[in-house]
Amino acid sequence: MSEDTAQVSLVVNGERVTRTVPVRQHLVDFLRTDLGLTGSHLGCEHGVCGACSVRVDGRVVRGCLMLAAQADGAEVVTIEGLDDTGEIADLQAAFVARNALQCGFCTPGMLMTAAELLAEKQQKSREEIRTFLSGNYCRCTGFHAIVDAIETTLAKRLGR
Amino acid sequence: MSDKILTSPLTKPNSYIGRTLSRAGAKRAVAGRGRYTDDVTLPRMLHAAFLRSPFAHARIVSIDVSEARLQPGVALVMTGAELAALCTGPWVGTLTCFPGMKSAPQYPLAVDRACWVGEPVAMVVARTRAEAEDAAECIVVEWEELPAVTDKKTALDPTTPVLHAELGDNLAFRKTIDTGAVDAAFAKADLVIEETFEFGRHTAVSLEPRALLAAYDKGTGKLTITTSSQCPHMLQHVFAHTLGVPQHNVQVIAPDVGGSFGLKIHTYGDELAATAAAMQLGRPVKFIADRLESFVSDIHARENFVKGRIAVSKSGTIEAFDIDVLSGAGAYSQYPRTSVFEATQVLNITGGPYRHKHYRARATVVYQNKVPTSQYRAVGHPIGNTVGEHLVDQAAYRLGIDPIEMRRRNIMPDDGYPATSASGIRLKDLSHQRCLDVLVERMNYAGLREEQTRLRKDGIHRGIGIATFIKGTAPGPHGYYGTGGAPISLQDACVIKLEPNGGIICAVGVTEQGQGTDTIMGQIAAATLGVPMDRVRVVSGDTDATPFGGGTFGSRAAAIGGEAVYLAARDLRQEILELAGVLLQAEAGALDIVDGMIVDRADGRQRLALAEIGRIGHYQVGELPNSVQPLLSHTRRFRLVDDLYIFTNGIHGAYVEVDTDTGFTRLLKHWVVEDCGRVINPQLADEQVRGGCVQGIGGALYEHCLYDEAGQLQNASLVDYLTPMASEMPDIDVLHVQTPTSVSELGAKGVGESGTGAAPAVIMNAVNDALLPFGVRVTSQPITPESVLTALGTI
Amino acid sequence: MKAPKFSYVRADSVEQVLDLLDRHGDDARILAGGQSLMPTLNMRLSQPKILIDINRLHALTGISLLGNRVRIGALTRHVEVANSAVVAQHLPLIAEAMPHVAHVAVRNRGTFGGSIALADPAAEMPACVLALGATLVLQSATSRREVEAADYFQGLYETARRPDELLVEALIPVPRAFSVSVFSELAQRHGDFAIAGVAFHLEIHRGVVADARLVYFGSESRPTLAQRAGSAIVGRSIDAASVAAAASALDSDLSPMSSPHGSSRMRLHLQRVLTRRALATAAERARAA
Repeated sequence: MSEDTAQVSLVVNGERVTRTVPVRQHLVDFLRTDLGLTGSHLGCEHGVCGACSVRVDGRVVRGCLMLAAQADGAEVVTIEGLDDTGEIADLQAAFVARNALQCGFCTPGMLMTAAELLAEKQQKSREEIRTFLSGNYCRCTGFHAIVDAIETTLAKRLGR
Repeated sequence: MSDKILTSPLTKPNSYIGRTLSRAGAKRAVAGRGRYTDDVTLPRMLHAAFLRSPFAHARIVSIDVSEARLQPGVALVMTGAELAALCTGPWVGTLTCFPGMKSAPQYPLAVDRACWVGEPVAMVVARTRAEAEDAAECIVVEWEELPAVTDKKTALDPTTPVLHAELGDNLAFRKTIDTGAVDAAFAKADLVIEETFEFGRHTAVSLEPRALLAAYDKGTGKLTITTSSQCPHMLQHVFAHTLGVPQHNVQVIAPDVGGSFGLKIHTYGDELAATAAAMQLGRPVKFIADRLESFVSDIHARENFVKGRIAVSKSGTIEAFDIDVLSGAGAYSQYPRTSVFEATQVLNITGGPYRHKHYRARATVVYQNKVPTSQYRAVGHPIGNTVGEHLVDQAAYRLGIDPIEMRRRNIMPDDGYPATSASGIRLKDLSHQRCLDVLVERMNYAGLREEQTRLRKDGIHRGIGIATFIKGTAPGPHGYYGTGGAPISLQDACVIKLEPNGGIICAVGVTEQGQGTDTIMGQIAAATLGVPMDRVRVVSGDTDATPFGGGTFGSRAAAIGGEAVYLAARDLRQEILELAGVLLQAEAGALDIVDGMIVDRADGRQRLALAEIGRIGHYQVGELPNSVQPLLSHTRRFRLVDDLYIFTNGIHGAYVEVDTDTGFTRLLKHWVVEDCGRVINPQLADEQVRGGCVQGIGGALYEHCLYDEAGQLQNASLVDYLTPMASEMPDIDVLHVQTPTSVSELGAKGVGESGTGAAPAVIMNAVNDALLPFGVRVTSQPITPESVLTALGTI
Repeated sequence: MKAPKFSYVRADSVEQVLDLLDRHGDDARILAGGQSLMPTLNMRLSQPKILIDINRLHALTGISLLGNRVRIGALTRHVEVANSAVVAQHLPLIAEAMPHVAHVAVRNRGTFGGSIALADPAAEMPACVLALGATLVLQSATSRREVEAADYFQGLYETARRPDELLVEALIPVPRAFSVSVFSELAQRHGDFAIAGVAFHLEIHRGVVADARLVYFGSESRPTLAQRAGSAIVGRSIDAASVAAAASALDSDLSPMSSPHGSSRMRLHLQRVLTRRALATAAERARAA
């Protein structure tokens, strides 16, 4: 049986992209192999670890649980796009300064999720920050430094 | 200490040594521009997938790959027999330092028989991973199921089938330590406490799974392997020797590594198979273990059953420990590091902080039809520390002695070194007393006890846990791998060079996985040379570009690798000053290097830029006298000379709340005070401890590879194998006491495993402290709501 | 873990979906949020012939108040339900349950209808719609029918939905005066599948329970309305005796499953603990109202 394919046209990091994709290919495999956007990672491919987190139509989603074919007409932002626009430059700097990353494999997904937290522009306690991150697995840091970096960045943004 | 340096980089104010600096590698990671093995693509690259055994034990009666070979995109299908024909021989995971140890020969892909669910049996290499998986489904295997051995407690019973007939029984290894007079010590003790402990099987769950990309140049015979490994040089040996490629023609590159924790110091048949395929095809072959296959192919760890006894006098003096350790090793002893270390380390370190003289410890390591086990972060220490610290706490409770006071009465005194533990390890430069004092104050122990008492009246059950530990780090060549014949270097090396522009390249044999190895090597080099950090580039993780080393394992990078950098940088500094002396017509001893400039030591006057030394030393050497030949490249190696390990020490504190109605444990706060000698970068050391703690907490409360009697792993996904996530983890307060090790000039010890080694012990002690009023305790890990409720008799 | 081959259709209309379901039945799978379906595909646990992507069917989205019922379109994302003022005001049980539904990224994509159609025993939304006495609307090429939640959840992952039917919306009665609801669940980690959970919807007049819909999930094969436990407190005030009666009635109302995450004995015990705690909370909320 040959592979079914579909045409997709979407905007990735501000650039229009039109491709033919195998229908079974998930979004992150498409981003990584077809577009060379290797910043989104695969840690489990069953929607638990969050390493694949990308922003689709303004919201963070698990990229391994979306088919590339489903992204037709969508606006996708990956960690590379976030980095290019500078939207979370303060958060990234805080992560580096606080060493809120070690191996870095969870980091793009973690930043993607934290970006959504920051975008809510609401004060959050450490516990609330932890709850927000509850779907992003990190094996290296034990989370403490990550919470610190987000807390610091949020406080600065809210002017506290 | 050389008298050529009057101002030591170790004691100079504002030295990089002891300073928190952020990691250079962090910037690309936060930008999503890390470069992990799966991010690397090569032209005409193919992908490997594996058919794995669905049975714990089964004979491969026949295997038909004909249909698989015809599937779209398939370049190659290889059976175990076909791969064995390409290999110089099977692997046998024994070391001569473990006399009597036995293990069956193991083929990278199963040949006649599969011995665990998940063992790779055949490989498909295809254009895409999806097509490889499609084709793997077309491989037809006729299986003859064989009886599976799963229960380690009955593995040696005469009626239990023998896994590997040629071994005669299911025993891998036995070891005993016996100081003698142990029975007498127990007989006359005022109090004896006896307990049994179960430790569940774990798997590492590094977020980046195992990954390898192999490429072979048929013209030159060079094999290039890019792989997520902690030990490129070891892999260079193993792959070279197994595939019959001269070792000097093998290059192993470890790019960014997405977590390892010991998982990636080992050798795996599926990785070897993918490499063989690359050689056969003359095309690059990539293998990325997916998460499901990782659960059944990554090495496992920790499956132990321990019987422990402690003998104590009524004044609270620990007289003796006696432990019996049964370790479930899995189907083979993992080559080349073996599967017995977890058990032998338990023997070595249980009760290690204490002064008792009598000790008996027996380890029995048995085979089972499960995934092979081997070294994983803190090897054996989580088990030994839990056993020892639990028994000490229980003895304290029975005698009415506060657990902190019980430690005070028994820990080795800080001024009592060198000392030898009852298990026979030589200990020095430890600080149990100081660490304990710091912890008690920092956690406000007295305040917590008051709060605990007060809240108990309201039916709120909080527990305070304490766990003192020792940790073996930075192994030396006289220890296991070296004396045992393993192809693993226990030395490490640095080649440090001055470049024409005055920059420094520092190539090291230890490796980076995000903990900051590169950064601290750079700090040591920069501090020792006297140059700014941004002048130093550290090169690691490439066997072509670095001196031969051991990689990173056993918390050795700072202690062993760091010392090599320190010594090499000092040599380079000396040569630079001598060349400067020639050029300036001054004494080398009257000069210094500060912020990358050669200065007069007396008044700091800047005399010459390092770039000048670089220019003349490399390009315009004619400006030097004919008798002077600049090298500007220095190599040093370092190893432990007499010691087997550099031991460290520390103490954990934990404050928890146990909901005795639901059995759920909430972690309120965690403290670690530890002594890793000279701290190079405080923030990086702290973060190693934090991450390690949480990994240990995983073992204490969540993680368990659940096998059924048929040898099926029932929870082989991230949905059902529970790892710690952010919501449940506490903030962790970390402090360091610094007692430099006397075995090196730098004085750094290892820190990477101190969190993991004792977190399980302190959590279990905290939970049992909470349960004290009920007269019950838990002694198996993970501690689940079910086990708490069962202990309470609620269910 | 790459998905097996399948055919894929991006549906443009509900009619198109229903026609495909009519033709393919069980060989087809509806792809909505994909948060449960995609893992099974990636793990090759299911091998459907055709995936019908319904994400373009805006007719199936939306939350609105229609008379005395709240309509939630099946394709409404969990995050929209969580952020909805209508839900916050009229369906506090669902609002309270939402933070427990998996994690942020899953809620951003997963759908209300998807959760109900799958009927995972540990899922929050099935329990809530049962407690609230919702009506599920199922459509096929030839019919449109309404099924009460009580009749909808039939067994482990078994619902009243026939293979040729699409769940299009839920109609949830706006709770009457003096309604109080409590949601609670126990999971080892936040966002995990619940080991035991309760979704209670009561009417309490002047401290006396007039109606009690006590739904239990996580421990049972399907969300379970505990008839005897509910009866044990109707007509009484919530106090130690009535709560104890409800808790012990669970012995006959529930038959908890065993799994690696908890034995049936433990789950029954936890449901009793949750009953005590949730009823106490209900009494407090009634007093505060």
